[in-house]
Amino acid sequence: MSYNKPLPRLDTLNKPFWAAAKEGKLLLQHCPACGDTRFPPGPVCPKCLAGDQDWVESSGKGTLESWIDMHRAYWDGFKDDLPYRVCLVRLEEGTVLVSNLVDKTENLRMGAPVKVVFDAVTEDVTLPKFTLV
Amino acid sequence: MFDLNELKDKIAVIGVGNTKYGNFPEIDDYGLAAHAFRNAVNDCGIDKNQIDGMLVSRIPYYARMGEVLGINPRWTITLPGHGRMSGMGIIEAASAIASGLCNYAVLLYANIGRSRRVNYGGDESPGTWDPWGFTSPGAAHAMAFRRHMEMYGTTTRQLAEVSVAIRYHACLNPDAVMRNPITIEDHESARFITAPLRLLDYCLINDGAVCLILTSKERAKDFKKPPVMISGFGGQDTFSPSSIANFDMDFWHPAISAAGKQAYEMAGVTHKDVNALMCYDNFSPTVLFSLEGLGFCGQGESGSYVEDGALALGGRLPVNTDGGHLSNSYMQGWALNVEAVRQLRGECGARQIPDCEVVQYVQSTPCTRSIIYTRG
Repeated sequence: MSYNKPLPRLDTLNKPFWAAAKEGKLLLQHCPACGDTRFPPGPVCPKCLAGDQDWVESSGKGTLESWIDMHRAYWDGFKDDLPYRVCLVRLEEGTVLVSNLVDKTENLRMGAPVKVVFDAVTEDVTLPKFTLV
Repeated sequence: MFDLNELKDKIAVIGVGNTKYGNFPEIDDYGLAAHAFRNAVNDCGIDKNQIDGMLVSRIPYYARMGEVLGINPRWTITLPGHGRMSGMGIIEAASAIASGLCNYAVLLYANIGRSRRVNYGGDESPGTWDPWGFTSPGAAHAMAFRRHMEMYGTTTRQLAEVSVAIRYHACLNPDAVMRNPITIEDHESARFITAPLRLLDYCLINDGAVCLILTSKERAKDFKKPPVMISGFGGQDTFSPSSIANFDMDFWHPAISAAGKQAYEMAGVTHKDVNALMCYDNFSPTVLFSLEGLGFCGQGESGSYVEDGALALGGRLPVNTDGGHLSNSYMQGWALNVEAVRQLRGECGARQIPDCEVVQYVQSTPCTRSIIYTRG
Protein backbone atom coordinates (compact mmCIF):
# COMPACT_ATOMS: atom_id res chain seq x y z
CA MET A 1 0.00 0.00 0.00
CA SER A 2 1.31 3.45 -0.82
CA TYR A 3 2.28 5.81 1.98
CA ASN A 4 -0.51 8.35 2.47
CA LYS A 5 0.69 10.54 5.32
CA PRO A 6 2.10 14.00 4.66
CA LEU A 7 5.72 14.04 3.53
CA PRO A 8 8.22 16.79 4.28
CA ARG A 9 8.29 19.68 1.82
CA LEU A 10 11.91 19.76 0.76
CA ASP A 11 13.53 23.09 0.01
CA THR A 12 17.08 24.33 -0.43
CA LEU A 13 17.39 25.05 3.28
CA ASN A 14 16.11 21.78 4.76
CA LYS A 15 17.47 19.30 2.17
CA PRO A 16 20.59 18.39 4.21
CA PHE A 17 18.41 17.46 7.22
CA TRP A 18 16.38 14.96 5.20
CA ALA A 19 19.36 13.57 3.32
CA ALA A 20 21.11 12.90 6.64
CA ALA A 21 17.99 11.36 8.22
CA LYS A 22 18.02 8.82 5.38
CA GLU A 23 21.56 7.92 6.49
CA GLY A 24 20.48 7.58 10.11
CA LYS A 25 21.85 10.91 11.27
CA LEU A 26 20.00 13.74 13.05
CA LEU A 27 21.34 17.10 11.90
CA LEU A 28 20.75 20.54 13.34
CA GLN A 29 21.40 23.77 11.55
CA HIS A 30 24.31 25.46 13.29
CA CYS A 31 25.80 28.92 13.36
CA PRO A 32 29.62 28.85 13.04
CA ALA A 33 29.74 32.42 14.37
CA CYS A 34 27.81 32.06 17.64
CA GLY A 35 27.11 28.33 18.03
CA ASP A 36 23.31 28.53 17.96
CA THR A 37 21.53 25.39 16.75
CA ARG A 38 17.99 24.99 15.45
CA PHE A 39 15.43 23.13 13.38
CA PRO A 40 13.71 24.10 11.10
CA PRO A 41 16.59 25.92 9.43
CA GLY A 42 16.56 29.61 8.57
CA PRO A 43 18.33 31.80 6.02
CA VAL A 44 20.33 33.60 8.72
CA CYS A 45 21.15 32.93 12.38
CA PRO A 46 18.26 34.39 14.42
CA LYS A 47 20.70 35.18 17.28
CA CYS A 48 23.54 36.96 15.46
CA LEU A 49 22.24 37.26 11.85
CA ALA A 50 25.31 35.51 10.40
CA GLY A 51 24.49 34.33 6.88
CA ASP A 52 26.67 31.27 6.43
CA GLN A 53 25.03 28.49 8.38
CA ASP A 54 26.23 24.89 8.47
CA TRP A 55 24.99 21.63 10.00
CA VAL A 56 26.14 19.60 13.01
CA GLU A 57 25.14 16.11 13.99
CA SER A 58 23.08 15.87 17.17
CA SER A 59 23.85 13.21 19.75
CA GLY A 60 20.19 12.21 19.30
CA LYS A 61 19.82 12.19 23.07
CA GLY A 62 17.38 14.42 24.89
CA THR A 63 14.58 14.68 27.38
CA LEU A 64 10.80 14.55 27.06
CA GLU A 65 9.33 18.04 27.44
CA SER A 66 5.71 17.10 26.70
CA TRP A 67 3.52 14.66 24.78
CA ILE A 68 -0.02 14.35 23.44
CA ASP A 69 -2.17 11.62 21.96
CA MET A 70 -3.93 12.63 18.76
CA HIS A 71 -7.43 11.13 18.66
CA ARG A 72 -8.44 12.90 15.48
CA ALA A 73 -6.91 12.34 12.04
CA TYR A 74 -6.51 15.59 10.09
CA TRP A 75 -5.08 13.43 7.27
CA ASP A 76 -6.68 10.13 6.23
CA GLY A 77 -3.28 8.44 6.43
CA PHE A 78 -3.32 8.71 10.23
CA LYS A 79 -6.79 7.14 10.69
CA ASP A 80 -5.51 3.64 11.30
CA ASP A 81 -2.96 4.90 13.85
CA LEU A 82 -5.42 6.66 16.18
CA PRO A 83 -4.62 7.54 18.82
CA TYR A 84 -1.03 8.31 17.89
CA ARG A 85 1.55 9.98 20.08
CA VAL A 86 3.36 13.23 19.35
CA CYS A 87 6.17 14.40 21.61
CA LEU A 88 8.21 17.47 22.31
CA VAL A 89 11.89 16.69 22.89
CA ARG A 90 14.71 18.91 24.08
CA LEU A 91 17.96 17.63 22.64
CA GLU A 92 21.23 17.77 24.56
CA GLU A 93 22.24 20.58 22.20
CA GLY A 94 19.30 22.64 23.51
CA THR A 95 17.17 22.51 20.37
CA VAL A 96 13.52 21.55 20.81
CA LEU A 97 11.90 19.27 18.23
CA VAL A 98 8.42 17.92 17.64
CA SER A 99 8.38 14.23 16.77
CA ASN A 100 6.65 10.95 17.54
CA LEU A 101 7.30 8.92 20.67
CA VAL A 102 7.18 5.32 19.52
CA ASP A 103 6.47 3.93 23.03
CA LYS A 104 2.82 3.16 23.81
CA THR A 105 3.18 3.19 27.61
CA GLU A 106 1.03 5.47 29.80
CA ASN A 107 3.88 5.60 32.27
CA LEU A 108 5.50 8.82 31.03
CA ARG A 109 6.90 11.82 32.82
CA MET A 110 8.33 15.13 31.80
CA GLY A 111 12.11 14.99 31.82
CA ALA A 112 12.30 11.30 30.88
CA PRO A 113 15.43 10.55 28.83
CA VAL A 114 14.81 9.71 25.17
CA LYS A 115 16.92 8.96 22.13
CA VAL A 116 16.37 9.22 18.40
CA VAL A 117 15.33 6.26 16.25
CA PHE A 118 14.91 6.35 12.49
CA ASP A 119 11.77 5.24 10.69
CA ALA A 120 12.18 4.83 6.92
CA VAL A 121 8.59 5.56 5.92
CA THR A 122 9.24 5.61 2.15
CA GLU A 123 12.16 4.88 -0.12
CA ASP A 124 13.13 8.56 0.00
CA VAL A 125 12.00 9.75 3.43
CA THR A 126 13.17 8.71 6.87
CA LEU A 127 11.54 10.36 9.89
CA PRO A 128 13.58 10.84 13.05
CA LYS A 129 11.41 9.65 15.95
CA PHE A 130 12.13 9.11 19.63
CA THR A 131 11.99 6.31 22.15
CA LEU A 132 12.39 6.13 25.93
CA VAL A 133 15.90 5.18 27.01
CA MET B 1 8.77 61.25 22.20
CA PHE B 2 5.22 60.09 22.70
CA ASP B 3 4.11 58.64 26.00
CA LEU B 4 1.62 55.89 25.25
CA ASN B 5 0.06 56.35 28.68
CA GLU B 6 -1.31 59.69 27.50
CA LEU B 7 -3.84 57.69 25.47
CA LYS B 8 -5.59 56.68 28.69
CA ASP B 9 -9.33 57.39 28.35
CA LYS B 10 -8.85 59.29 25.08
CA ILE B 11 -10.56 56.79 22.78
CA ALA B 12 -14.06 55.39 23.27
CA VAL B 13 -16.16 52.57 21.88
CA ILE B 14 -19.46 54.15 20.87
CA GLY B 15 -21.19 51.40 18.92
CA VAL B 16 -21.19 47.61 18.89
CA GLY B 17 -23.08 45.09 16.82
CA ASN B 18 -23.11 41.42 15.90
CA THR B 19 -25.03 38.95 13.82
CA LYS B 20 -26.73 35.85 15.07
CA TYR B 21 -24.23 33.03 15.52
CA GLY B 22 -24.57 29.63 13.87
CA ASN B 23 -24.42 27.93 10.49
CA PHE B 24 -25.30 30.23 7.59
CA PRO B 25 -24.30 28.66 4.27
CA GLU B 26 -26.54 31.05 2.35
CA ILE B 27 -24.66 34.23 3.31
CA ASP B 28 -21.04 35.26 2.72
CA ASP B 29 -18.49 37.22 4.78
CA TYR B 30 -19.59 40.56 3.37
CA GLY B 31 -23.24 39.84 4.12
CA LEU B 32 -22.53 38.88 7.73
CA ALA B 33 -20.28 41.91 8.23
CA ALA B 34 -22.92 44.21 6.73
CA HIS B 35 -25.53 42.99 9.23
CA ALA B 36 -23.14 43.50 12.14
CA PHE B 37 -22.28 46.95 10.77
CA ARG B 38 -25.93 47.98 10.52
CA ASN B 39 -26.50 46.84 14.10
CA ALA B 40 -23.50 48.83 15.34
CA VAL B 41 -24.59 51.93 13.41
CA ASN B 42 -28.06 51.65 14.93
CA ASP B 43 -26.54 51.00 18.36
CA CYS B 44 -24.87 54.42 18.43
CA GLY B 45 -26.95 56.38 15.91
CA ILE B 46 -23.99 57.50 13.80
CA ASP B 47 -24.52 58.69 10.21
CA LYS B 48 -22.53 56.04 8.37
CA ASN B 49 -21.10 58.71 6.05
CA GLN B 50 -19.24 60.15 9.04
CA ILE B 51 -17.15 56.97 9.22
CA ASP B 52 -13.71 57.77 7.83
CA GLY B 53 -11.69 54.79 9.07
CA MET B 54 -12.13 51.07 8.40
CA LEU B 55 -10.27 48.03 9.70
CA VAL B 56 -11.23 44.57 8.47
CA SER B 57 -10.14 41.14 9.65
CA ARG B 58 -10.97 37.77 8.06
CA ILE B 59 -12.80 39.64 5.30
CA PRO B 60 -11.48 38.87 1.81
CA TYR B 61 -11.23 42.34 0.24
CA TYR B 62 -11.42 45.67 2.06
CA ALA B 63 -12.52 47.59 -1.06
CA ARG B 64 -15.49 45.32 -1.67
CA MET B 65 -16.38 45.72 2.00
CA GLY B 66 -16.35 49.50 1.58
CA GLU B 67 -18.48 49.17 -1.54
CA VAL B 68 -20.98 46.90 0.23
CA LEU B 69 -21.34 49.35 3.12
CA GLY B 70 -21.24 52.46 0.93
CA ILE B 71 -18.34 54.05 2.78
CA ASN B 72 -15.12 55.65 1.52
CA PRO B 73 -12.76 56.08 4.47
CA ARG B 74 -9.48 57.98 4.52
CA TRP B 75 -7.86 55.27 6.69
CA THR B 76 -8.21 51.59 5.73
CA ILE B 77 -6.28 48.56 6.95
CA THR B 78 -6.61 44.79 6.57
CA LEU B 79 -5.54 42.29 9.19
CA PRO B 80 -5.32 38.55 8.51
CA GLY B 81 -8.00 36.23 9.83
CA HIS B 82 -6.01 35.07 12.83
CA GLY B 83 -7.75 35.22 16.18
CA ARG B 84 -5.06 37.29 17.74
CA MET B 85 -5.93 40.20 15.43
CA SER B 86 -8.86 41.48 17.52
CA GLY B 87 -6.77 43.00 20.30
CA MET B 88 -4.22 44.20 17.77
CA GLY B 89 -6.91 45.76 15.59
CA ILE B 90 -8.57 47.69 18.41
CA ILE B 91 -5.21 49.09 19.51
CA GLU B 92 -4.36 50.01 15.90
CA ALA B 93 -7.68 51.79 15.44
CA ALA B 94 -7.32 53.66 18.74
CA SER B 95 -3.89 54.91 17.74
CA ALA B 96 -5.12 55.88 14.27
CA ILE B 97 -7.83 58.02 15.86
CA ALA B 98 -5.40 59.49 18.40
CA SER B 99 -3.03 60.51 15.63
CA GLY B 100 -5.75 62.06 13.50
CA LEU B 101 -5.64 59.49 10.69
CA CYS B 102 -9.40 59.14 11.11
CA ASN B 103 -12.14 60.38 13.43
CA TYR B 104 -14.57 57.48 13.40
CA ALA B 105 -13.17 53.98 12.88
CA VAL B 106 -15.30 50.96 12.08
CA LEU B 107 -13.81 47.55 12.85
CA LEU B 108 -15.30 44.58 11.04
CA TYR B 109 -14.78 40.85 11.50
CA ALA B 110 -16.65 38.00 9.82
CA ASN B 111 -16.23 34.22 10.01
CA ILE B 112 -17.87 31.65 7.74
CA GLY B 113 -15.82 28.72 9.00
CA ARG B 114 -18.75 26.61 10.16
CA SER B 115 -20.77 26.52 6.96
CA ARG B 116 -17.58 26.13 4.90
CA ARG B 117 -16.31 23.26 7.07
CA VAL B 118 -13.01 24.76 8.18
CA ASN B 119 -10.89 22.23 10.14
CA TYR B 120 -8.07 24.39 11.54
CA GLY B 121 -5.53 21.66 10.83
CA GLY B 122 -4.11 19.33 8.20
CA ASP B 123 -3.54 20.60 4.68
CA GLU B 124 -5.40 23.86 5.45
CA SER B 125 -2.46 25.02 7.51
CA PRO B 126 0.72 23.25 6.36
CA GLY B 127 3.56 23.19 8.86
CA THR B 128 7.01 21.83 9.52
CA TRP B 129 5.74 19.00 11.72
CA ASP B 130 3.04 17.58 9.42
CA PRO B 131 5.07 14.41 8.64
CA TRP B 132 4.81 13.50 12.34
CA GLY B 133 1.07 14.28 12.37
CA PHE B 134 1.42 17.34 14.59
CA THR B 135 -1.15 19.86 13.42
CA SER B 136 -3.93 22.17 14.69
CA PRO B 137 -3.93 24.84 17.39
CA GLY B 138 -5.71 22.40 19.72
CA ALA B 139 -2.77 20.00 19.58
CA ALA B 140 -0.39 22.82 20.48
CA HIS B 141 -2.53 23.78 23.47
CA ALA B 142 -2.72 20.13 24.54
CA MET B 143 1.08 20.00 24.42
CA ALA B 144 1.26 23.10 26.62
CA PHE B 145 -1.35 21.86 29.08
CA ARG B 146 0.43 18.50 29.48
CA ARG B 147 3.51 20.48 30.53
CA HIS B 148 1.41 22.45 33.00
CA MET B 149 0.07 19.20 34.47
CA GLU B 150 3.59 17.80 34.79
CA MET B 151 5.18 20.95 36.17
CA TYR B 152 2.47 22.08 38.59
CA GLY B 153 0.19 19.11 39.17
CA THR B 154 -2.76 20.80 37.46
CA THR B 155 -5.60 18.34 36.82
CA THR B 156 -8.16 17.98 34.06
CA ARG B 157 -10.91 18.35 36.70
CA GLN B 158 -9.47 21.80 37.45
CA LEU B 159 -9.34 22.54 33.75
CA ALA B 160 -13.00 21.52 33.54
CA GLU B 161 -13.88 24.44 35.83
CA VAL B 162 -13.06 26.79 32.94
CA SER B 163 -15.45 25.13 30.47
CA VAL B 164 -18.18 24.65 33.09
CA ALA B 165 -18.16 28.30 34.25
CA ILE B 166 -18.11 29.64 30.71
CA ARG B 167 -20.95 27.31 29.65
CA TYR B 168 -22.95 28.52 32.66
CA HIS B 169 -22.60 32.06 31.29
CA ALA B 170 -23.69 30.92 27.82
CA CYS B 171 -26.85 29.50 29.40
CA LEU B 172 -27.63 33.07 30.60
CA ASN B 173 -27.01 34.52 27.12
CA PRO B 174 -30.02 34.11 24.82
CA ASP B 175 -27.79 34.57 21.74
CA ALA B 176 -25.19 31.91 22.64
CA VAL B 177 -24.76 28.84 20.43
CA MET B 178 -24.38 26.28 23.26
CA ARG B 179 -27.03 26.63 25.95
CA ASN B 180 -27.21 23.26 27.70
CA PRO B 181 -25.49 23.26 31.10
CA ILE B 182 -22.46 21.00 31.62
CA THR B 183 -20.76 19.60 34.70
CA ILE B 184 -17.21 18.61 35.55
CA GLU B 185 -18.28 14.99 35.00
CA ASP B 186 -19.52 15.86 31.50
CA HIS B 187 -16.13 17.39 30.77
CA GLU B 188 -14.27 14.37 32.10
CA SER B 189 -16.33 11.93 30.04
CA ALA B 190 -16.29 13.90 26.76
CA ARG B 191 -14.31 12.29 23.96
CA PHE B 192 -10.65 13.11 23.55
CA ILE B 193 -9.68 15.24 20.57
CA THR B 194 -6.03 15.56 21.53
CA ALA B 195 -5.34 14.05 24.93
CA PRO B 196 -5.15 15.50 27.51
CA LEU B 197 -7.74 17.84 25.90
CA ARG B 198 -11.31 16.73 25.28
CA LEU B 199 -14.18 18.04 23.19
CA LEU B 200 -15.31 20.51 25.88
CA ASP B 201 -11.84 22.09 26.01
CA TYR B 202 -12.22 23.15 22.38
CA CYS B 203 -13.92 26.31 21.17
CA LEU B 204 -16.85 26.28 18.79
CA ILE B 205 -16.58 26.78 15.05
CA ASN B 206 -19.51 28.92 13.91
CA ASP B 207 -20.42 31.64 11.44
CA GLY B 208 -21.07 35.22 12.44
CA ALA B 209 -19.75 38.76 12.37
CA VAL B 210 -18.92 41.50 14.84
CA CYS B 211 -18.55 45.26 14.47
CA LEU B 212 -17.21 47.97 16.77
CA ILE B 213 -17.19 51.72 16.17
CA LEU B 214 -14.54 53.85 17.90
CA THR B 215 -13.99 57.59 18.15
CA SER B 216 -12.30 60.15 20.36
CA LYS B 217 -13.54 60.98 23.84
CA GLU B 218 -14.76 64.42 22.75
CA ARG B 219 -16.75 63.13 19.76
CA ALA B 220 -18.10 60.19 21.77
CA LYS B 221 -20.49 62.47 23.67
CA ASP B 222 -22.67 62.98 20.60
CA PHE B 223 -24.08 59.47 20.40
CA LYS B 224 -26.97 57.46 21.78
CA LYS B 225 -25.28 55.55 24.56
CA PRO B 226 -22.69 56.40 27.19
CA PRO B 227 -19.23 55.78 25.73
CA VAL B 228 -17.01 53.03 27.05
CA MET B 229 -13.43 54.20 27.43
CA ILE B 230 -10.28 52.40 26.38
CA SER B 231 -8.32 53.12 29.54
CA GLY B 232 -5.25 51.01 28.97
CA PHE B 233 -3.64 48.54 26.67
CA GLY B 234 -0.43 46.61 26.24
CA GLY B 235 1.19 44.08 23.98
CA GLN B 236 4.02 41.62 23.67
CA ASP B 237 4.76 39.23 20.83
CA THR B 238 6.51 35.85 21.15
CA PHE B 239 7.58 34.75 17.68
CA SER B 240 9.88 31.91 18.63
CA PRO B 241 8.94 29.10 18.18
CA SER B 242 6.63 30.05 15.32
CA SER B 243 7.34 26.75 13.59
CA ILE B 244 5.54 25.17 16.56
CA ALA B 245 2.49 27.33 15.98
CA ASN B 246 0.34 28.47 18.90
CA PHE B 247 2.79 27.14 21.45
CA ASP B 248 5.12 28.58 24.04
CA MET B 249 7.30 26.62 26.46
CA ASP B 250 6.53 29.11 29.24
CA PHE B 251 2.77 29.38 28.57
CA TRP B 252 3.38 32.95 27.28
CA HIS B 253 3.86 33.95 30.92
CA PRO B 254 6.54 36.60 30.22
CA ALA B 255 4.48 38.10 27.39
CA ILE B 256 1.19 38.14 29.31
CA SER B 257 2.92 39.72 32.31
CA ALA B 258 4.46 42.40 30.10
CA ALA B 259 1.26 43.20 28.21
CA GLY B 260 -0.77 43.19 31.43
CA LYS B 261 1.71 45.46 33.21
CA GLN B 262 1.55 48.02 30.39
CA ALA B 263 -2.25 47.93 30.38
CA TYR B 264 -2.56 48.22 34.17
CA GLU B 265 -0.06 51.08 34.36
CA MET B 266 -1.73 52.99 31.57
CA ALA B 267 -5.21 52.54 33.07
CA GLY B 268 -4.01 53.17 36.63
CA VAL B 269 -5.60 49.98 37.94
CA THR B 270 -4.41 46.58 39.12
CA HIS B 271 -5.86 43.13 38.62
CA LYS B 272 -7.69 43.62 41.94
CA ASP B 273 -9.83 46.34 40.34
CA VAL B 274 -11.00 44.11 37.49
CA ASN B 275 -14.72 43.22 37.73
CA ALA B 276 -14.64 40.79 34.81
CA LEU B 277 -12.05 39.24 32.55
CA MET B 278 -12.76 38.64 28.88
CA CYS B 279 -10.19 36.01 28.07
CA TYR B 280 -9.43 34.58 24.63
CA ASP B 281 -10.59 31.00 25.20
CA ASN B 282 -9.74 29.19 21.98
CA PHE B 283 -8.91 26.25 24.25
CA SER B 284 -9.61 26.08 27.96
CA PRO B 285 -5.93 25.98 29.07
CA THR B 286 -5.42 29.48 27.65
CA VAL B 287 -7.61 30.81 30.45
CA LEU B 288 -5.33 29.24 33.07
CA PHE B 289 -2.23 30.67 31.38
CA SER B 290 -3.86 34.12 31.22
CA LEU B 291 -4.80 34.16 34.92
CA GLU B 292 -1.20 33.37 35.84
CA GLY B 293 0.35 35.83 33.40
CA LEU B 294 -1.84 38.71 34.54
CA GLY B 295 -1.08 38.00 38.19
CA PHE B 296 -4.54 36.92 39.35
CA CYS B 297 -2.60 33.99 40.84
CA GLY B 298 0.99 32.84 40.96
CA GLN B 299 2.61 30.84 38.17
CA GLY B 300 1.39 27.27 38.41
CA GLU B 301 -1.47 28.16 40.78
CA SER B 302 -4.30 28.61 38.29
CA GLY B 303 -5.61 25.08 38.84
CA SER B 304 -6.54 25.74 42.45
CA TYR B 305 -7.54 29.36 41.67
CA VAL B 306 -10.36 28.27 39.35
CA GLU B 307 -11.84 25.61 41.63
CA ASP B 308 -15.36 25.77 43.05
CA GLY B 309 -16.78 27.93 40.29
CA ALA B 310 -14.40 30.85 40.80
CA LEU B 311 -14.80 31.99 37.20
CA ALA B 312 -18.61 32.04 37.19
CA LEU B 313 -20.80 35.07 37.88
CA GLY B 314 -20.76 35.63 41.62
CA GLY B 315 -17.36 33.94 41.86
CA ARG B 316 -14.08 35.68 42.56
CA LEU B 317 -13.47 36.61 38.91
CA PRO B 318 -16.24 36.24 36.32
CA VAL B 319 -14.64 35.21 33.01
CA ASN B 320 -16.28 35.43 29.58
CA THR B 321 -19.76 36.36 30.73
CA ASP B 322 -21.16 35.92 27.22
CA GLY B 323 -20.04 32.29 27.05
CA GLY B 324 -16.77 33.00 25.28
CA HIS B 325 -15.41 31.05 22.33
CA LEU B 326 -16.08 27.81 24.16
CA SER B 327 -19.86 28.24 24.31
CA ASN B 328 -21.11 31.55 22.87
CA SER B 329 -19.43 32.12 19.54
CA TYR B 330 -16.06 31.73 17.85
CA MET B 331 -15.61 35.38 16.94
CA GLN B 332 -11.86 35.25 17.64
CA GLY B 333 -11.78 37.82 20.42
CA TRP B 334 -14.00 40.41 18.77
CA ALA B 335 -17.20 39.33 20.53
CA LEU B 336 -15.38 39.33 23.89
CA ASN B 337 -14.54 43.00 23.38
CA VAL B 338 -18.19 43.67 22.56
CA GLU B 339 -19.20 41.86 25.75
CA ALA B 340 -16.81 44.09 27.73
CA VAL B 341 -18.61 47.14 26.32
CA ARG B 342 -22.07 45.71 27.07
CA GLN B 343 -21.11 44.82 30.65
CA LEU B 344 -19.89 48.37 31.27
CA ARG B 345 -23.10 49.78 29.77
CA GLY B 346 -25.18 47.48 31.99
CA GLU B 347 -26.90 45.82 29.02
CA CYS B 348 -26.29 42.17 29.92
CA GLY B 349 -29.56 41.17 31.57
CA ALA B 350 -29.35 37.86 33.43
CA ARG B 351 -25.57 37.77 33.08
CA GLN B 352 -24.95 41.38 34.15
CA ILE B 353 -22.20 41.96 36.70
CA PRO B 354 -23.51 44.39 39.34
CA ASP B 355 -21.68 47.74 39.50
CA CYS B 356 -19.36 46.77 36.70
CA GLU B 357 -16.66 49.43 36.29
CA VAL B 358 -13.50 47.78 34.97
CA VAL B 359 -13.38 45.00 32.37
CA GLN B 360 -10.15 43.57 31.02
CA TYR B 361 -9.67 41.77 27.70
CA VAL B 362 -6.66 39.52 27.18
CA GLN B 363 -5.46 37.29 24.34
CA SER B 364 -2.61 35.01 25.32
CA THR B 365 -1.21 34.06 21.95
CA PRO B 366 2.00 34.60 19.96
CA CYS B 367 0.69 38.18 19.76
CA THR B 368 -0.41 38.79 23.32
CA ARG B 369 -2.55 41.87 23.89
CA SER B 370 -4.60 43.21 26.77
CA ILE B 371 -7.10 46.07 26.80
CA ILE B 372 -8.75 47.62 29.85
CA TYR B 373 -12.16 49.19 29.40
CA THR B 374 -13.92 51.44 31.91
CA ARG B 375 -17.14 53.42 32.08
CA GLY B 376 -16.98 56.83 30.42
